[in-house]
Amino acid sequence: MYRYDEFDHEFVKARVAEFADQVERRLAGEITEDQFKPLRLMNGVYLQLHAYMLRVAIPYGTLNARQMRMLGHIARKYDKGYGHFTTRQNIQYNWPALSDIPAILKDLASVEMHAIQTSGNCIRNVTADHFAGAAADEVDDPRPYAEILRQWSSVHPEFSYLPRKFKIAVTGAERDRAAIQTHDIGLHLKRNTAGELGFAVYVGGGQGRTPMIARKIRDFLPEADLLSYATAILRVYNLHGRRDNKYKARIKILVHETGAEELARQIETEWEALKDGELKLPEADVRAIAAYFAPPSLPARPEGDERVKLARLDSRSFSEWLDQNVTTHKNPDYAAVTISLKGIGEAPGDASAEQMEAVADIAEKYAFDELRVSHEQNLVLPHVARADLKAVYDALADIGLATANSGLITDIIACPGLDYCALANARSIPVAQEISQRFASPERQRDIGELKLKISGCINACGHHHVGHIGILGVEKKGTELYQVTLGGSADENTSIGEIVGRGFSPEEITDAIETVVETYLRVRRDRSERFIDTYRRLGAAPFKEALYGSEAKAA
Amino acid sequence: MKILTANRLIDGEAVWFSTAHRWSETIEGSEIATDKAAEEYLTGIARTATENNEVVDAVLIDVQLADGEIRPLRLREQIRAAGPSNRTDLGKQARPAVSQAA
Repeated sequence: MYRYDEFDHEFVKARVAEFADQVERRLAGEITEDQFKPLRLMNGVYLQLHAYMLRVAIPYGTLNARQMRMLGHIARKYDKGYGHFTTRQNIQYNWPALSDIPAILKDLASVEMHAIQTSGNCIRNVTADHFAGAAADEVDDPRPYAEILRQWSSVHPEFSYLPRKFKIAVTGAERDRAAIQTHDIGLHLKRNTAGELGFAVYVGGGQGRTPMIARKIRDFLPEADLLSYATAILRVYNLHGRRDNKYKARIKILVHETGAEELARQIETEWEALKDGELKLPEADVRAIAAYFAPPSLPARPEGDERVKLARLDSRSFSEWLDQNVTTHKNPDYAAVTISLKGIGEAPGDASAEQMEAVADIAEKYAFDELRVSHEQNLVLPHVARADLKAVYDALADIGLATANSGLITDIIACPGLDYCALANARSIPVAQEISQRFASPERQRDIGELKLKISGCINACGHHHVGHIGILGVEKKGTELYQVTLGGSADENTSIGEIVGRGFSPEEITDAIETVVETYLRVRRDRSERFIDTYRRLGAAPFKEALYGSEAKAA
Repeated sequence: MKILTANRLIDGEAVWFSTAHRWSETIEGSEIATDKAAEEYLTGIARTATENNEVVDAVLIDVQLADGEIRPLRLREQIRAAGPSNRTDLGKQARPAVSQAA
């Protein structure tokens, strides 16, 4: 994985010193909150309901055991013993004291981590496929490009005060696991007919109060032109983005108001002037960065098949976990393992300090010191010998992290919601917990099959409800919580925005409503091979509306 | 009926302005404003405490008395006064019943 060079170390160290000085001056009363707020946000520090919140960047979701151990250490020493992994592959701490944050950042810097650009109207943490470098279906590893974008965008003088925040995601496979079409820029790494690497470029995706699917503005951008083209996009956006209205300031609105074709024309014109300049990526530099991401040397472990076969016969729970949480690796002796942070009835994405440390130990012992955070709020061991899968399973089971539910209805994405967040209108976590408990039975979950359920506690949509097969949006109505249900969303290569199915449900009704939707699906699906999303696309909302609202739906 | 709440600058702890004329870490014993003049008094306290860099985000919130206990009207403020509803081991709700002065 990427290692800091001397410049990176100095840069992060200088930034920690700068922010430590700003915190000191704030606490001494030398600067006001109005002056301090933009500075703290640039360093990932928010103020929420109960305390400050610190969001730490995990670039493209990749980290090693030492870094994970440090995240556990911070949770224990400065917070309340846990952290929350987010839908942008970062981690949030919910209780740090402002006075401790300089020390936390110093600890993070000691393991090549930081909280820079995890907030504010700048280019945020670049996210990538969590199976990058391991997935059997990828053209190439997308992370070197995410790293190039990270270096380019870090304190970029022209793009540090954009009209609004800006999110980029990169995938290296046809099967999109990075939700690129819901990002401001989505990049799909591919090869052209000549075998050269480049990108399909998508622009203007986003969720929030105005969900939009990104538009493809270029089918193939040569690898060397990545930064000049990204600069052209950002320049057009920076110039024409709506600074007059926060709710219309994202690039998706510009794409919508200008039209994708016209905007693409403007971007291409800007790019013409940039493409042969200093932003052209030298081949040697790209390869040098790519070398950091070379997969570990994976020794042959042909005994895996036999071992897995025997272990399956011996343990039903292992067998279920194998079917659900283990993904095909490009090396047939190996597999990628999803560590579910969605234990039945648990808060999605939360992990205790002890769990983080234990996962770090497992990564060191069995997974070549590599870990990932997925945007679905799980952890991933990208390279595990199939022969070691049972040992990994046993070690995960010991710390309560062997739930076999990856991609199933209890693998819920949920934002922190009103239990923590100052922007939220309704709670998310308790809704997720109750649904998880209702569908706790592994047999029932497997019978339902792939089902992406996503919950947001406000219209900002951090819980990705718009692109959930089933989405739940919490709102406040007359002082109480109300939950709207959307159906038919998807965040993969066939991205779609879910449609609101009808009137909302009270906290007491919402789990029953979800169960009604699921039971309806089970009744009307063709067979087990037809997933929820396929059934919805075939039949539309009608059977679900009928089941939820009955005669009420007919009257409407 | 309103009370004054804020977050303490140094650590972000949620605090309420108490009848003892100090910032308390729990909602019990908050100074209650029942008329315009009392609200203006609390607004003045908020301004001074903000200028003195003791607290941030100081704001008056609506409350009612239920069995003699102060209860915020909005769920958001109820959760602030208690702690995360999914983690009753955390926040104010996890403390012993005796109120603690800041």
